[in-house]
Amino acid sequence: MNEPRIRFENIAKRYGALTVLDNPDIPCNGKVMNEPIVRFENVTKRYGALTVLNELNLSIARNEKVCIIGPSGSGKTTVLRMLMTLERINGGVIWVDGEPLTHVQKRGQMVLASDRHLRRVRGKIGMVFQHFNLFPHMTALQNCMEAPVSVLGLPKKDAEARAAELLEMVGLSGKKNHFPIQLSGGQKQRVAIARALAMRPKVMLFDEVTSALDPELIGEVLSVIRKLGAEHDLTMLMVTHQMGFAKEFSDRVCFFYDGKIIEQGPPDQLLGNPQNERTRQFLSAVLEANS
Amino acid sequence: MSIWDWSYVWEALPYLYRGAIVTVQATLLGFAIALVLGLVFALIRQSPNRYVSIAVTEIVEFIRSTPLLLQVFFVYFVGPQFGIVIPAWTAGIGVLGIHYAAYCSEVYRAGILAVEEGQWEACTALNLSRQRTWRAIILPQAIPPIVPGLGNYFVGMFKETPILAAIAILEMLQQAKNFGAEHYRYTEAIIMAGFFFLVFSLVASAIVQSVSLWLNRRYHLQ
Ligand SMILES: Nc1ncnc2c1ncn2[C@@H]1O[C@H](COP(=O)(O)OP(=O)(O)OP(=O)(O)O)[C@@H](O)[C@H]1O
Ligand SMILES: [Mg+2]
Repeated sequence: MNEPRIRFENIAKRYGALTVLDNPDIPCNGKVMNEPIVRFENVTKRYGALTVLNELNLSIARNEKVCIIGPSGSGKTTVLRMLMTLERINGGVIWVDGEPLTHVQKRGQMVLASDRHLRRVRGKIGMVFQHFNLFPHMTALQNCMEAPVSVLGLPKKDAEARAAELLEMVGLSGKKNHFPIQLSGGQKQRVAIARALAMRPKVMLFDEVTSALDPELIGEVLSVIRKLGAEHDLTMLMVTHQMGFAKEFSDRVCFFYDGKIIEQGPPDQLLGNPQNERTRQFLSAVLEANS
Repeated sequence: MSIWDWSYVWEALPYLYRGAIVTVQATLLGFAIALVLGLVFALIRQSPNRYVSIAVTEIVEFIRSTPLLLQVFFVYFVGPQFGIVIPAWTAGIGVLGIHYAAYCSEVYRAGILAVEEGQWEACTALNLSRQRTWRAIILPQAIPPIVPGLGNYFVGMFKETPILAAIAILEMLQQAKNFGAEHYRYTEAIIMAGFFFLVFSLVASAIVQSVSLWLNRRYHLQ
């Protein structure tokens, strides 16, 4: 019984020149665990003549919690938006769970994927926005039921039960039937988190989710995120200016500057003892602003 | 001969009644077409296909820049020369509806563009289909605020129905005029028609306002 039912031994997988897998040999119920769940490969993003990201490479492991920090305009939001397919990429490939996100392989060439492919892969990703983007004409509960019912085809009753469960998890079981306008910023953001979770994503993206909140409401949202990280198998990619939270919560911090990751590492190291001059400057500026 | 004679009022009533029915019918049917077709125009203009959206934009622009009367004449009088014979009633209401659809499409468009970009992004992030995004998220937010704008065109169209007289449709004002011609007496009939237009406009405005209020409340919008 010690022998695993499925074992990968020295498997490599390439599409053309792209190496998707390189000797993954850690078996776990047939799932290749050391294959990154998200991988940016030479991803380039331009707005007109402005190159925002230039050949970005970034791999994120399953269940890894990664924080992205960096000055304004360095491309942090853009990274998340590309992964959520809110922005087209101009070059490179984004891999999600072993598949290219926006392209498919056809006769050795990468061609733009169909809407169906896009929706299937996108279903593995959820996103929480800085400005919540809740549906104002729906209650908290309806916000969390809409996509499970209309996209996943869940029966209304099941979707409602799950939505209620999620709202309870974010501490809002008493606000189920409230409309967004009747909620505080912190409550809205927690509904938004529950709404994204209702789709059972494997990867959750958070873009400065506390930046629009009054200081006294930030804690309640961060503690929900903390709880999520502890209790669920979720990969989290988070843009934040909350250095304290990044330090305590993340497995890795990436410092973006001018569309590049110029330093990354475990939070203690990156935040406590940064090697790059730019990182040091940024951190001391943030520290000053917060004191 | 007195300035105002009640006996003419009673005599004119049946004429005006028949005319009023035609006028109200034309308005309701024409506006139903305008509402539906206007939305279709507005949706097509949002199409990701640039050629399609430009084509519809041009059509809308064209309809808005030529007189309603000319369009009615064109369909009713020029059509038959090319073998397209459309009964007056159909042509009249159809043209009225299409003409106002062009105006309504602009109103819809303003409503659609006023919906925050973030709503679209949330729909993408939740993987909603395009159709579902429109139906369940965008339109319920886009339409309630523009009901007053649509209502203006409703009243406006009502007031333009006398144009239908030009293709021999006996709407209310035409009936009043006919009555006047037959009895050599216009005062009562014309004033009564005016009074009816006024009352209907006021009632229509009140209805529009309550629909607007109801929709905004129903969808919890400001
Ligand atoms: N839609 C757009 N059109 C043109 N330029 C854009 C667009 N969106 C972003 N940019 C530019 O791309 C660059 C990166 O933007 P991005 O929003 O990713 O920065 P960020 O790191 O998230 O900054 P912030 O901390 O201010 O949120 C900026 O220079 C920005 O001006
Ligand atoms: Mg940003």
